[in-house]
Amino acid sequence: MVKDQEFLEKKASYCLGLAKKLGATESSVIVNNSVSETVNFRNKKLDESNRSDDLGISITTYIGKKKSSISSSNLLDDNLNILIEKCVETTKNTPEDEFNSLPDKDLLAKEVKDLNLYDDTHIENDQKIDYLKKLESAASNDKKIVNTESSFTQNKSNFILANSGGFCAGYKTSSFTASSVTVAKDEKSMERDYEYSSKCFLKDLDDARELGKQAADQTIRKLSPKKIGSEKIAIIFDKRIAKGMLSTFASAISSSAISRGTSFLKDKVNQKIFSDTINVLDKPDILKGLGSRNFDSEGVKTDTLKLVDQGILKHYLIDTYNGKKLNLKSNGRCGGTSNLYFENGNISFKDLLNSKSKSLYITETIGHGSNIVTGDYSVGATGFLVENGEFKYPINEITIAGNFKDMFKNITLANDLEFKYSTNSPTMMIEGMVVAGK
Amino acid sequence: MSNFFEKSDLSRSEAENIISDTLQKCDDGELYLENSKSESILLDDNKIKNSSYNSDLGFGFRAISDEVVAYSHSNEISKNSLKQSSENLKSTLKSVKGTYNHEIPKSNKKYYENINPIEQKSLNEKIKILNEVNNYLRSKDDNIKQVTANFLGEQKSVEIIRSGGETLTDVRPLIRFNVSVMLEKNGRKETGVYGVGGRQSYDSYLKDDNWKSVCDEALRIASVNLESKPAPAGEMKVVLGPGWPAILIHEAVGHGLEGDFNRKKTSAFHNLMGQKVASEGVTIVDDGTIDNRRGSLTIDDEGTPTEKTVLIENGILKNFMQDRLNARLMKTKSTGSGRRENYRHIVLPRMRNTMMLSGNQTQDEMIKAVDKGIFAVSFGGGQVDITSGKFVFNCTEAYEIVNGKIGSPIKGATLIGDGPSILKEVSMVGNDMMMDPGIGTCGKAGQGVPVGVAQPSILINKMTVGGTKL
Repeated sequence: MVKDQEFLEKKASYCLGLAKKLGATESSVIVNNSVSETVNFRNKKLDESNRSDDLGISITTYIGKKKSSISSSNLLDDNLNILIEKCVETTKNTPEDEFNSLPDKDLLAKEVKDLNLYDDTHIENDQKIDYLKKLESAASNDKKIVNTESSFTQNKSNFILANSGGFCAGYKTSSFTASSVTVAKDEKSMERDYEYSSKCFLKDLDDARELGKQAADQTIRKLSPKKIGSEKIAIIFDKRIAKGMLSTFASAISSSAISRGTSFLKDKVNQKIFSDTINVLDKPDILKGLGSRNFDSEGVKTDTLKLVDQGILKHYLIDTYNGKKLNLKSNGRCGGTSNLYFENGNISFKDLLNSKSKSLYITETIGHGSNIVTGDYSVGATGFLVENGEFKYPINEITIAGNFKDMFKNITLANDLEFKYSTNSPTMMIEGMVVAGK
Repeated sequence: MSNFFEKSDLSRSEAENIISDTLQKCDDGELYLENSKSESILLDDNKIKNSSYNSDLGFGFRAISDEVVAYSHSNEISKNSLKQSSENLKSTLKSVKGTYNHEIPKSNKKYYENINPIEQKSLNEKIKILNEVNNYLRSKDDNIKQVTANFLGEQKSVEIIRSGGETLTDVRPLIRFNVSVMLEKNGRKETGVYGVGGRQSYDSYLKDDNWKSVCDEALRIASVNLESKPAPAGEMKVVLGPGWPAILIHEAVGHGLEGDFNRKKTSAFHNLMGQKVASEGVTIVDDGTIDNRRGSLTIDDEGTPTEKTVLIENGILKNFMQDRLNARLMKTKSTGSGRRENYRHIVLPRMRNTMMLSGNQTQDEMIKAVDKGIFAVSFGGGQVDITSGKFVFNCTEAYEIVNGKIGSPIKGATLIGDGPSILKEVSMVGNDMMMDPGIGTCGKAGQGVPVGVAQPSILINKMTVGGTKL
C-alpha cells in the first residue's frame, strides 16, 4: 500500500532539521511514494504484469541567495545524511543568484480542499484481466484487426511538500487508466491507432467494450491511405491533437521562457494573440480533475486563471524565481498548468466539418516540430480528406506547417469540449496552413 | 562497484535463494540491481541556475514464462520487499512449466573504463568552465541574447543475478556537455544547439579549450538560421550530410528492425527478412562495441555481451536486434540489445550505435547531381510509426540546392518518408562516414536510453519536405 502521511512527514521534517543543523538558512523538501500495478494483454492473452513501488525525495537548500538541490530514491537515514551534507556543501560553492528564495509566505496555500482526487478502491489483477478480456474481444471483432495490445493500470500516490518557512501539506491521488492499441491490415497497408481512458475514480472509467471498439474502428478507417499534393488548405484537428496547441501555448507563456526571452509570446500580455472568440482557462479546482491541485510544486496557492480573454493574453504562468526576475508575483504555476482548456466555440462538430468544401481532418502528428522561440511549426501528419462534411479517404505521409503567431489568430473551435486529459480542447479548425505531400 | 547488500537485512545468499525459488519453472528471468549517481550543473541567463545531484537505488525482479513477463520493482533492497516482489511474480505466473535457460555468453572485453566522471572534476572547475563559455560566447557576437550551457554526468552500477546465482556486473560512466545560443537581429530570433559526450571523463571531451569548438558550432548554427528563408513544401531530392543526419537510419529502419515488433508482426519489416530493402551499396550495422561511445555497452541489461550486429548488408535485410525474450520466441540468439532505462522498466530490444557504412562517392558529386532539392546538415529529433513505416525528422540546419549548387539556408522543417522504401531511394553513398557528437537519446515505450548514430553523406532521390513555401 502507498505510504501514509505520517511516514512522509517524518522524513520531510528530518531533512529540514538536518539541513538547518548543517548550515542551510532555508530549505524545502518533497517526499513522494507511488504504487502502480499494471496488467498488459496482447491478442486476448496475458502478456505482462508490472508492479512498481517508487519512493522519492528531493531537497533544495539555500544559504542566503545560494541554492543547490539533491534527489534520491533511497530514503534510509544513512543515505539522507550523506546527501544533505553534500547538498549543503554544494550550496556553499554555488554562486549567488539574487532571485533565489522560498515563495512569499502570504502566497502559500492556507487550506487543502478535498478535490475528490483519491479513490480508495483497489482493483485486483484478476479484475483487470476481466476488463481487458472484454476490451480485447470487442477490439478484435473485425478480422482486419491483426494485433491488439491493451493495458490497465491502477496508481495510488501520496506526497508531502514542506519548507523551512513552516509550510507542510500533501495529499493522496489515484488514477485508473485503460488503453488499447490495435493494428489493422489489408492488402495494401498496415495501420495502428489507439484509444485511452484515465480517471481518478474507477467507476468513472470508460466501458471496456466501448473503448476496444473505438480503438478498432479508428484503426480500420485508416487502411489504404493516399498521399495528397502540396497545397494551402483548412485543417481540422481532432481533439487529441488540438490539445497539443494548448500545450505549446502554455510552454510559450511560462515565466521561464518569458524571462529568458526565448518565447514568441514575450511582451504580449494585454495584446491580442487569438481571434476574438477564443478564451483559455486554467482551472485547478475541478472535482476529480486529472490536473486538479490545491497548490503548485512550491506550495503557492493556485487560483483559476483566465489566461486568454476574448483573444487577449492576460497572464503568464509564473513561479517564484522567474516572478521575482520579471517583478511579478507567483500565480502558483511552478510546474506548469493544472486543468488547461479552451472554452467551447459556438459551432457544432458537424457544422465545423461542413464549413469548408474541402479540408483535412488530422488524427495524429509525429515529430517534435514546435519551436517556441520562433513560433514555427512543422510536423508529420495522418488523417482524412473531408469533402462537404464527409470523410472521403485516409491520408498519410504528409506534413503540415505554419507559424503559431498566424495559426492562433485563425482558430475556429467547435462546441464539443470534454475533460479527457488534463489539457483539453474542442475540435479545432485552422485556416491558412501549408500541407506538403506529393 | 556497489555492494547492494551491504546496508540491507537481506544477504546475497538469501537473495539468491529467493531468485532461484521464484524462477525455478520459468523460462528466464533475473534480479536486476542498479545504483546510479548523476549530476546536472546548468548555466543559463548569465547565472548558475541549477546544481543538482541525484542518487538512485533499486531493483527490478523479472520472471518470464513462455510469452508472459511478470515484473516488480522497488527502491527498498530488503528481505520483505524482495519477498513481496517474488509473491507478485508468482501470482501472475500461476502455473509455470518451463525450463530455465542458464545459457548466457561470456566475454572479457570492456568498452569503457570503470570511472566516476562526477568526481573527476570539482564543482568549482565545472562552474568556472560554464562561466568561461558564457563570457566567450557573449564577447564573440553582439546579437547573442541568451546562452545556456550544462554538464550532465552519471555513473551507473548494475548487477544481474540469475537463477542459480550466476552474477554479471557492469559500471557505466556517461557524460554530456551542451551549449545552446539564441541570437536576435532585427526582431528575429534563432537558436543553435551543439554538444559532445560519451562514456569517458569530462576532460576527455573538453581539454585544451575544446569547449570553445562546441561554442563555435552552436553559434555557427544559430547564425546560419538567422539568415534562413522559408523552407519549400513538397517532394524533392535530399542530400544528407555525414554524422547526425543518421537519425534518418535510426527512425526509418532502426526501430522497425527491433525484435519485439517483428515477433508481434507489427513492424512494416516483419516479412522482409532476406529481401532487398535498400539500394545496393547500403550496409547498416548496430554496434555496441565501439570504445567509449554513448551507445556502447560492455554487457546489455540482461547480461549478454554486446556485439556488432549486421542489420542490412549491401541492401539485403540480414538480422533483427534481439533481447533474450524475443530471441527465444523467434528461435534465434540475443544480439546483446536488451536494454532498459533503469530498474523501473522492463527490458526491450533497443538500438546501440546505429551506423550506415561508407560507400565511395563524394558529397560534391551528390550536390552536383541535384537540380532542385535540399542539403540537410544538422538535425533535432525524429519519430516513427512502426506499423505504417512512416517516419519524420526535424532539420535544424539546411540549405536549398539549386542547379547543383548550395544556396541559401532554409528554416527548420520536418522531413517525412516511408521506412521500408526510403533506402531504396538512396542513389549515392559517400566515402565520409562520421559518428554523431555523442548526445543522442532514443525513446521507446516511455523509456529513454543513450544511443549513437553514424553515416556518410547520402543522396535520396525523393522525400517530402515539410516547409511553408509552395
